[in-house]
Amino acid sequence: MGGGDMPELSYREAVRDALSQAMRRDGDVFIMGEDIAEMGGSMGVTQGMLDEFGPERVRNTPISEMALVGTAIGAAIQGMRPVAEVMYEDFLTLAAEQIVNQAAKHRYMSGGQLKVPLTIRTQGGAGWSPGAQHAQQLEAWFVHIPGLKVLFPSTPTDVRGLLWSAIYDDNPVVFFEHRTLYGLKEDVPDELEPIPIGKARVHRDGEDVTVIATGRLVHESLAAAGQAEEDGVSVEVVDPRTLQPLDEETIVDSVKKTNRAVVAHEAVTRMGFGAEVAAVIQHQAFDWLDAPVERVGAKFVPLPFAPVMEEFVVPHQAEVYEAIMRTVGRNGD
Amino acid sequence: MAKVEKKGSVSEELLREFFREMLLIRRFEEKVEERFRAGELPGFLHVAIGQEACAVGVCRALEEGDVIASTHRAHGHTLAKGTHPNEVMAELYGKLEGTSHGYGGSMHLYDVERGNLGANAVVGGGLPATVGAALAFKMRDEPRVAVAFFGDGATNIGTFHESLNLAQLWQVPAVFVCENNHWAESTPAKQQLPIEDLTERAAAYGMPAMHVDGQEIEEVYASAVAALDHARGGRGPVFLLLETYRLTGHYVGDPQVYRPKGELQELRETQDPITKLREKLELSDEEFEQADREAHELVEASVEFAKAGTDPRPEDALKNLYA
Repeated sequence: MGGGDMPELSYREAVRDALSQAMRRDGDVFIMGEDIAEMGGSMGVTQGMLDEFGPERVRNTPISEMALVGTAIGAAIQGMRPVAEVMYEDFLTLAAEQIVNQAAKHRYMSGGQLKVPLTIRTQGGAGWSPGAQHAQQLEAWFVHIPGLKVLFPSTPTDVRGLLWSAIYDDNPVVFFEHRTLYGLKEDVPDELEPIPIGKARVHRDGEDVTVIATGRLVHESLAAAGQAEEDGVSVEVVDPRTLQPLDEETIVDSVKKTNRAVVAHEAVTRMGFGAEVAAVIQHQAFDWLDAPVERVGAKFVPLPFAPVMEEFVVPHQAEVYEAIMRTVGRNGD
Repeated sequence: MAKVEKKGSVSEELLREFFREMLLIRRFEEKVEERFRAGELPGFLHVAIGQEACAVGVCRALEEGDVIASTHRAHGHTLAKGTHPNEVMAELYGKLEGTSHGYGGSMHLYDVERGNLGANAVVGGGLPATVGAALAFKMRDEPRVAVAFFGDGATNIGTFHESLNLAQLWQVPAVFVCENNHWAESTPAKQQLPIEDLTERAAAYGMPAMHVDGQEIEEVYASAVAALDHARGGRGPVFLLLETYRLTGHYVGDPQVYRPKGELQELRETQDPITKLREKLELSDEEFEQADREAHELVEASVEFAKAGTDPRPEDALKNLYA
């Protein structure tokens, strides 16, 4: 990339840019997945990459998640830096054995003899009525597995910088993208700036409440924060971006300043990533808390098809706003 | 479908080397059973007594740079791939001097430096990564082959089918070595396989297959050489089916209630690969005893090495998680 202007990139283009730049720089980086070549991926992320890099490095695979992830594991152990695309994160369940028992554990079981520099890109998210098997948010499953790193960026700048870092990390990274963010555009730095894994981003400074949000809920939380501001409540919004390893320091420091916390994600609330964040906060900032930690997430059902039901199940700005207001002792009406 | 023909003959000198290696593996595994029963070894163990010709025949056919993935029944493959018995035994004792420094155990023996990418305790778990290693060799234009060992039981699991499909589709240099010992743990072939000839499974993917007697090491070796040659030459993967026999239980201590009466005794008398090779080489009692003594000495020394090894500190458990 050249020129001095800040280019505008969509989240989708930012993913593509990180992949393409890494592949231009480094012959060990290649991508593989279902329908990623001629079709450019079911979300259009890899459009045009076949033309630039050819079929050896933009590898269409059969519908065969165990083999596609497992093959990427094997290539990674040999020193390649494969990026495997799993079309929907629901399909991570098909490759779970390879991710959980193989990728996450090879280094440990071997006593440190090898590395698995693998990135598994996947995406999901509700808001378009795909039903119960094409939009789950399963990041909590993988955060629970020692040996994996888990990333979930929410902006074009973050997705570009973090994907680069994931590709060049020597560990298996499960990299979550959100379906409804692909069209989101912003000005990004001219040069790709790698973002360190394990560093949270404070999106908005505030004094009264901290919202720790991931994925789409970062944007819902920013909107809710603007709404609360009109009611005189100052809200800080923190996006961990990296779920494992977790930047506990940034979260805890923020809560010590605001004395109140809301955790917000699109995944089911129960046993969700937010439960861990709430535990970290109560343990490390118990004496600073002026209110119970509030949790915002999806209701405990699979995703329903009918738009009105789907809308009801997953959280939006309103649920975050209400949670914010509960922490300051107001009902949010 | 391309045919892969066996190649060459094996010199007597090489056969004698094979014999010594097979005997070492046998004595090693017998010692492992003994020490396990004495309560010295943690966890649980699977020995491959009766399958030594498969391990030695395939591993001796490999070239420098080739890699293997093994199974839960891994001691023989690991020794045959060149790891010293001391390091294997130390791993079984959970010592830092073990090949995986006490992090792996019997079912996770790795020796990456020697091309052993690890034993896998999930049946079929290592097959996809074998395809991946082979893909890396192909993409880098390196004349190397990746070999997966697995059993007949693994041919029923999804990873087997997905891996063979992809390997053949992409024509990667891999050899899939199926050690058909006719038992998936306690379940006999007739309860788990609707077909008798497992090469039909390779044929379903258009993959050339070889089908040989896994108790005859010359056969195993010659077939493995041909299969590796085929894969290394850029002609795609090969399915190598070895008919073999597990002359013991699934795990050490297995009462084998599922075995038909008399089967084990008959197999031990007729299908022992070490007896077969001894007869072929017409070894005198003296020659046999000398080889046996050497094997025993190495094995005894490995036990002493392991027992004198260093226990990891409990907090060492927190290391080696991330690179």
